[in-house]
Amino acid sequence: MSKLYKYRYLIARRATQIGLLFLYFAGNAWGWKVLQGTLSSSELFGAIPLADPFAVLQMLSAGAVMGVNVFIGAAIIILFYGVVGGRAFCSWVCPVNMITDLANWLRRKLLLDKVERKVWVSRNARYWVLGLSLVVSAVTGLAAFELVSPITIFNRGVIFGMGMTGGVLLAIFLFDLFGVKNGWCGHICPLGGVYSIIGKYSLIRVAHNEPNCTLCMKCKEVCPESQVLYMIGKKSQIVDMGECVNCARCIEVCDDDALGFSIRDFAKSKSKGEIQ
Amino acid sequence: MSSMSRRDFLKSAAAATAASAVGMSVPSEVEAKANAAEAGWRWDKAVCRFCGTGCGIMVATKDGKIVAVKGDPAAPVNRGLNCIKGYFNAKIMYGADRLTTPLLRMDENGNFSKKGKFRPVSWKRAFDEMERAIKKALKEGGPEAVAVFGSGQYTIQEGYAAAKMMKAGFRSNAIDPNARHCMASAVVGFFQTFGIDEPSGCYDDIEITDTIVTWGANMAEMHPILWARVTDRKLSDPDRVKVVNISTYRHRCSDLADMEIIFRPGSDLAMWNYLAREIVYNHPDVIDWDFVKKHIIFATGFVETGYGMRMPDEAKKLGYSDKELETIKQEANHTVTEREAPGLAPLGYKAGDNMKMVHRGHALGHWEISFEEFKKGLEPYTLDYVASVAKGDPDESIESFKKKLETLRDLYIDKSRKMVSFWTMGMNQHYRGSWVNEQSYMVHFLLGKQAKPGNGAFSLTGQPSACGTAREVGTFTHRLPADMLVKIPKHREIAEKIWKLPKGTINPVGYQHIMNIHRQIEDGKIKFAWVNVCNPYHDTANANHWIKAARTMDCFIVTSDGYPGISAKVSDLVLPSAMIYEKWGSYGNAERRTQHWRQQVLPVGDAMSDTWQWIELSKRFTVKDVWGESTIKGGKKLPNVIEEAKKMGYSEDTTMFEILFANDYYKSFKADDPIGEGFDNTEVFGDSRNVLGSDGKPWKGYGFFIQKALWEEYRKFGAGHGHDLADFDTYHRVRGLRWPVVDGKDTPWRFNVKYDPYARKYAKPGEEFNFYGPALKVLKRGNLKKIDPAKGKIDLHGKAKIFFRPYMDPTEQPDKEYDTWLCTGRVIEHWHSGTMTMRVPELFRAMPEAFCYMNPKDAKAKGLKDGDLVWVESRRGKVKAHIKTRGRNRPPRGLVFVPWFDERVFINKVCLDHTCPMSKQTDYKKCAVKIYKA
Amino acid sequence: MNTQNPKKEVKPKITERRRFLTIMAQSVGLSALGGIIWTGYVEEAKASPLLLRPPGALPESDFLRTCIKCGQCAEACPYDTLLMAKPGDGLPMGTPYFIARDVPCYMCPDIPCVPVCPTGALDQESVSSEKDGKEVLDINKARMGLAVVDHESCVAYWGIQCDACYRACPILGQAITIEFMRNERTGKHAKLVPIVHADHCTGCGLCEHACVTEKAAIFVLPREVAMGKAGDYYVKGWDKKDQERIKQRDLKKLTTETERSAKKPQDYLNMDEELFDE
Repeated sequence: MSKLYKYRYLIARRATQIGLLFLYFAGNAWGWKVLQGTLSSSELFGAIPLADPFAVLQMLSAGAVMGVNVFIGAAIIILFYGVVGGRAFCSWVCPVNMITDLANWLRRKLLLDKVERKVWVSRNARYWVLGLSLVVSAVTGLAAFELVSPITIFNRGVIFGMGMTGGVLLAIFLFDLFGVKNGWCGHICPLGGVYSIIGKYSLIRVAHNEPNCTLCMKCKEVCPESQVLYMIGKKSQIVDMGECVNCARCIEVCDDDALGFSIRDFAKSKSKGEIQ
Repeated sequence: MSSMSRRDFLKSAAAATAASAVGMSVPSEVEAKANAAEAGWRWDKAVCRFCGTGCGIMVATKDGKIVAVKGDPAAPVNRGLNCIKGYFNAKIMYGADRLTTPLLRMDENGNFSKKGKFRPVSWKRAFDEMERAIKKALKEGGPEAVAVFGSGQYTIQEGYAAAKMMKAGFRSNAIDPNARHCMASAVVGFFQTFGIDEPSGCYDDIEITDTIVTWGANMAEMHPILWARVTDRKLSDPDRVKVVNISTYRHRCSDLADMEIIFRPGSDLAMWNYLAREIVYNHPDVIDWDFVKKHIIFATGFVETGYGMRMPDEAKKLGYSDKELETIKQEANHTVTEREAPGLAPLGYKAGDNMKMVHRGHALGHWEISFEEFKKGLEPYTLDYVASVAKGDPDESIESFKKKLETLRDLYIDKSRKMVSFWTMGMNQHYRGSWVNEQSYMVHFLLGKQAKPGNGAFSLTGQPSACGTAREVGTFTHRLPADMLVKIPKHREIAEKIWKLPKGTINPVGYQHIMNIHRQIEDGKIKFAWVNVCNPYHDTANANHWIKAARTMDCFIVTSDGYPGISAKVSDLVLPSAMIYEKWGSYGNAERRTQHWRQQVLPVGDAMSDTWQWIELSKRFTVKDVWGESTIKGGKKLPNVIEEAKKMGYSEDTTMFEILFANDYYKSFKADDPIGEGFDNTEVFGDSRNVLGSDGKPWKGYGFFIQKALWEEYRKFGAGHGHDLADFDTYHRVRGLRWPVVDGKDTPWRFNVKYDPYARKYAKPGEEFNFYGPALKVLKRGNLKKIDPAKGKIDLHGKAKIFFRPYMDPTEQPDKEYDTWLCTGRVIEHWHSGTMTMRVPELFRAMPEAFCYMNPKDAKAKGLKDGDLVWVESRRGKVKAHIKTRGRNRPPRGLVFVPWFDERVFINKVCLDHTCPMSKQTDYKKCAVKIYKA
Repeated sequence: MNTQNPKKEVKPKITERRRFLTIMAQSVGLSALGGIIWTGYVEEAKASPLLLRPPGALPESDFLRTCIKCGQCAEACPYDTLLMAKPGDGLPMGTPYFIARDVPCYMCPDIPCVPVCPTGALDQESVSSEKDGKEVLDINKARMGLAVVDHESCVAYWGIQCDACYRACPILGQAITIEFMRNERTGKHAKLVPIVHADHCTGCGLCEHACVTEKAAIFVLPREVAMGKAGDYYVKGWDKKDQERIKQRDLKKLTTETERSAKKPQDYLNMDEELFDE
């Protein structure tokens, strides 16, 4: 029971990720009207359009003239993550997250972190890739990241059949395992970058309660974007960087009740000068 | 060789044949390439497995397998061409699920059990079981309890061997071919009109005629090579040559046709009478009086003949549903409808009258009438009446339809025009099929357009040997070879003499036609039935009944086939049969052309030919088993002929094998005949497979040339009687010959003194024609309504008959609940029940399932759209099919067409088992259904 | 040129500003490199396919631009005709297509695949027509491709009575017609050969699917590939509608050029040496 409690968010995340994949699969295989389409664009309950804002952005950049539905869909998504979820897409929805988490877990188990070779990739690379996808989209007239995105490849693979999708996923797994820690999700993936920007001011945030902290640093160890926990042991405040994926692993590993979810209070934050 | 692909080879070979046919010189390189490719291949002539057209093909074998076919450029029918099925002749034998070993339903202990599962058994065990079952049947029900579902796809020799064993051995006439479903109405038409079976004309008519009318014949799909010839004729003189397509729905023939007439199902009876009426009343000048007076008499027959269904009381007893009985009740009493009343008026009927079907038992009865009576009968068939009866497309105006009828009339009566009327199943599978066949001759005779080059009504055969085997050999219940009938003592005598049987052996009562065989299994009367080269449980209308009967009654059903189909599925024993090029054989096509082929390869697995199966079965029965006294229909007795047999030198224990097949005459045909040199002959020598035979020992052959013996004995029946066939060897040299073959020459047009030696023989000096067919040539006389005994009899030898036949409504017509006509038929891609063609990947892909073809307006009205899955339901059963509103067949509103090849769309569960009461041929073209979304 | 003495190695001092600029420069350089490779890949993927797209698809380049790869069209297809390009297919990833020989488009009258498209990459208007003043879906207007017959391997051109493609065609008699040709070789068996009409062919591929030859002798190609283009300088005198075909005539391109017209007139005229034999 306590073990289950300890992994409550992890279990909830996996349930959400797999559940969504299942609903997508069922939407195609048995015509369930809950969630049809893919992560690029779907229809919820046969009525509400959803669309990947980054895909839409690339397509705009590529010069596409599109129907109004995708814009509504993208707006709904932006609104949801921007106001509520933050960058939760990456840890609660994106199926690739399961692969990279696995790689990361193995990395820790195999102590690969300890013998890390210096393969330097900036965490800002994702913004470069983001920009680049827009440029390449504009140059080629084709949504460039969508053509190679392992996220939608994986997603479509589950729905329509895998083909050689496994190869793409294996490449990411190996990159994260032997290459760069949190290499794909934490460094390269431009979609992560997009959601970092969208979710920067969302309401649901992780908050640090400094007095409880014993400086065990388990949270930083487990965090896929450890830079966002810069305040650990320093001061009580919310995790305010957009890169935080709201995965709640830090909350789960903290034995001292020094971390928890909170609702951002703009007024309060402002008065305390916590937003930089 | 290896560097040359099969396609390359075919191409260069095709180029070479094409070039040689037009006398071109082939570049030597191409020729050399073709020769190189052929190295190791053996080409030999054969005939296409499929329809009645009878295309000649060449078969290439290598290492004991068939590797390719080509159209035979020397074959006069097809000159090297084929249709899409013929193109795949090389592939039909090698389906992955060929039957390779006998299979018996057994329980866990290995005993036969009707409820058991199929398990492999030896040929010996298979024959043991058949012997047991037949002996039981003979004991319990006499010879009539042993039945055979025969075929128009039997080779001639197979059919002959089967008929001989049944009629001479078992003394059972319960053998009837699937040709009953296909050609029987044409046969009755021929017998009653000409006194002899099969068409007077030939395919050469196509190139000679000016006008081709198809009546219920989708030649474009069912006789594609002949349609190519029709098309070529049209192209050769587009303005002069006219093509008319007459059908109940639009099909491919309309593409070429100058005019299309869509008529209401069954009303072809009225349209023919309209043509005759126009001739007799309004254009008497076009009657060829000289011809009519010299060669024709007028006749008519009964109309109160029922519809070939069970009687309502017996059906009720058997538990037929109330829905079914709604239709069946007409078999006893029919209320004359408003529609048919005017046409029946000359016979004394008016609307609302009860027509008691008192002449069911003698539907064939007919008598001579005067021309005046004949004319009186036609009186009601005016343009107005016929148009009101016959217009089949609700969206066509009556004026437009009338105009078409008039145009049709003008074509027929144009003296300068040669006319050919073709028909197939539309006129044969008809509740009055024999009538409508006779009506076609009525019009052609009146105009003097019959039995002349380019002129004639021509019945196109469906099956490859419906003529050759079913009809000429007489594998029908009532027939003997060469148009002889079991009921005629003289004919039995001739057969007994040729077959070396004791006098009185042959059963004189032949009434167990296919529908009766099914019904008698349902009644419990028939205890044993053997399915040969056909699929009766797939192809018979109202299939639910027959399938249930086969599985639940005390009967033993055996199916011999190359592939497992529905008949095999409902059987108790399944035997693996050699397929066409795995045995010696011969077929006879629609223009009386007989064509032989050699065994090209060994059969697959342990499969053996049907001839072998029959002859092996004959080893199990001795004189005392089958020639004692027995009881037949109506308690009549077949005499004990054992004493008579002993006088002929047979003993009680002489087997039927020795008497019928291994007698001295048969043994005189030596095994090492030059005709067979270099070819397999499994029946004669056995083969390298060393199949364990009916005695459990490796099969080593009969040691004499059984196929040649069968042929030479068989042809004795027809020689000198207008049915002359050439000898066995001749057929292996030529590309088929049209009988009668007299002095080595075939006969393109019969009854015409110029072409037919028999017409010459019987004609009086100065006569151009003689209709020498001997059957039914002494008639009583009477008027339209009845025979007048006072008038005595008329002898009409040498003459033919023009029949008056009225219009009557179809047995079952659409009403409020069952609001749509159902018509079934074939498609070009698949042969019959698809046992062969559904195994050819290309054909399967081209036509993977049977669709329900429907008018788009009907679909819309029923809330359906193209591709929807629907139920097609009649009073008898229902099937699911996808509808097609924009396919090859375009029915008018109120009619759907569903092909029957697909066992997953088992449309014969829906069809009505009504037949022409004269021919007993099922009408698959008319019943009422409702269609709704599945 | 460096003004400092080249022989003297002076370790340059890295300021924050310098460091920033360097990183920026590196990043831009790497991005440019990545971008070029990426662009190359995208272009490659774009150029590769002879793909058949769902009904109503925009012209290929617009389609690629507009398709969001959501697969809702494929999900809506009742026949599982539409596939989504996967890694390994060598096709533009995630876009819908079909292989007519395997599963052709059955041309549903209600075209379920088109209205679900969220972006308009499948353009409903292009597969609609006006009926009784209302826009209704009309699958016959789809132009997924164009069927092409290989006369060499089509057995109907050999004289075999086939026309399986014709019978399979949902708009038979319009998209495919049968032409009757006399067979000079046999003298009596006309050939019934299939002719495809681009005006009506939707490219559904039912013909290709039905074709009985080992490799289909009739096959559907994207229309841009299958079709030529007659020049825009000639109008069929016997066809009133033909002028529509060329109404877009570009007046800037009236001047014609060949090798022969390359020289200016006076240059040509002034070169008379070749005229005289030596």
